[in-house]
Amino acid sequence: MLRIERLRVRYGSVEALHGIDLTVEEGEIVTILGANGAGKTTTLNAICGLVPVAEGSIWLRDTPLHTLPAHAIVRQGVTQSPEGRRVFTTLTVEENLSLGAFTATDSKRVAATQAWIYRLFPRLHERRHQLAGTLSGGEQQMLAIGRALMAAPKLLLLDEPSLGLAPILVQSIFATIREINQSGVTIILVEQNARAALKLAHRGYVLEVGRVALADTAANLLANPEVQRAYLGGGH
Amino acid sequence: MEEFIQQLTNGLAVGGIYALVALGYTMVYGVLKLINFAHGDLFTIGAYLGLTVLTALGLKEHLGPVAGIGVLVIFVMGLVAIIGALLERVAYKPLRHAPRLSAVVSALGASIFFQNAVMLVYGARFQVYPHDLLPKVVVNLFGLEIPLLRIALFVSSLVLMAGLYLFIHKTKIGTAIRAAAIDQGAARLMGINVDRVILLVFCIGPALGGAAGLMVGLYYGQINFTMGWVYGLKAFTAAILGGIGNIPGAMLGGLLLGVIEALGAAYLSIAWKDAFAFGVLILILIVRPTGILGERVAEKV
Repeated sequence: MLRIERLRVRYGSVEALHGIDLTVEEGEIVTILGANGAGKTTTLNAICGLVPVAEGSIWLRDTPLHTLPAHAIVRQGVTQSPEGRRVFTTLTVEENLSLGAFTATDSKRVAATQAWIYRLFPRLHERRHQLAGTLSGGEQQMLAIGRALMAAPKLLLLDEPSLGLAPILVQSIFATIREINQSGVTIILVEQNARAALKLAHRGYVLEVGRVALADTAANLLANPEVQRAYLGGGH
Repeated sequence: MEEFIQQLTNGLAVGGIYALVALGYTMVYGVLKLINFAHGDLFTIGAYLGLTVLTALGLKEHLGPVAGIGVLVIFVMGLVAIIGALLERVAYKPLRHAPRLSAVVSALGASIFFQNAVMLVYGARFQVYPHDLLPKVVVNLFGLEIPLLRIALFVSSLVLMAGLYLFIHKTKIGTAIRAAAIDQGAARLMGINVDRVILLVFCIGPALGGAAGLMVGLYYGQINFTMGWVYGLKAFTAAILGGIGNIPGAMLGGLLLGVIEALGAAYLSIAWKDAFAFGVLILILIVRPTGILGERVAEKV
């Protein structure tokens, strides 16, 4: 479904990605692991068109995403819940969600999607008239994911959905991610919490300073001693 | 008491003008974090284009005063909106990724360009709107005699502000403008074409500013190519007073500034009129730099 070939991204004269290859099949959850600065967020932002592609290509089926501006990529069915959530703090929860459906034209489908999101995250429904800036961190994360779902994406990119959340909330967010995937949305998940991500995902990639160091099924990565040492806290 | 009401209504009428111009500053600041220093000159252009369109088309003769002025307002707003859009494309868009200071210098350059262009086209002398355009009717309101023109001016600016408020808060595009003002990157992730939002803001702001210029021409009868400087500065003060980047703030700041100025001039000294306005600016910058309505919502992380 998504095919990234020899992707290079530069910030000024600094190259952040040195030629990444990555594929995602329809219906999968693929997780990208790596230390800070490995290029996980950069990869997601390159897919979404937020950072320019210096070299290489990104294909969504037959569409060259690397040639499109960010707002056009959303219309291709790719959305992101970004790092740090980036909800529109001075707008209400409902306005945030409606912006997620900015590109949608079918108002009936939007209403149905919104009802589904309120079922996934009942807290958002309770707080729909509140300003997003007054929500707790967990609620903002739900809003960021819900907002990204409003466009009914084929491919959903999630950047650190568990960051800063209490463990109980992390479990519930991960359960919801599985539910979203089972409803037919393909997912790329960037996570610090490698163990939880690998338990959820079908396959995983490990990035190290802008390169793919490992690519394997999630089960194999969980069992890989190198991965255990570097990302799973020594394997105990 | 009568003196007070007279000054209050006068202040509100002038404040409405400040508010309309202030909205242009605040909306552009909202999406670009840039003070469009050429905005005051777009206000001037509105006043001059109003005069040109009025005399060239003979609107009053064909349509009568009320419909004629209605058409004139729409004409002027449309023309100034186009100039605003051109300004954005020529002076600001190429500098979108340049350091902030470059855009500021470009704004100052655009201001000088517009001011001199108006002087070259229309001349440096005062121009006069036809004085028989609007009937000099005085309305008796609760025993007070208030010029109809003053009421019409205030009501017109309120109508324009209400229209803007509804557009910004009740439409999809309006919500997109607010979103782009909060976080452009996140707005892009929603599928919003932020470049188009910026262009639209550069149509709406100048359209309102141009309408304000036209209203000043109609109200005071005299216009000059430097008029945008003082009105621009006052409106900028109003935008800061209400909280720059905040749309209701610009409206409130404009009206408040008009009233403060009118009352100060009446009860203290007319010679100090501008000093009151800029005294308010200094005071607000010391006491509450975010303005009256700025930064009301605390961000919770």
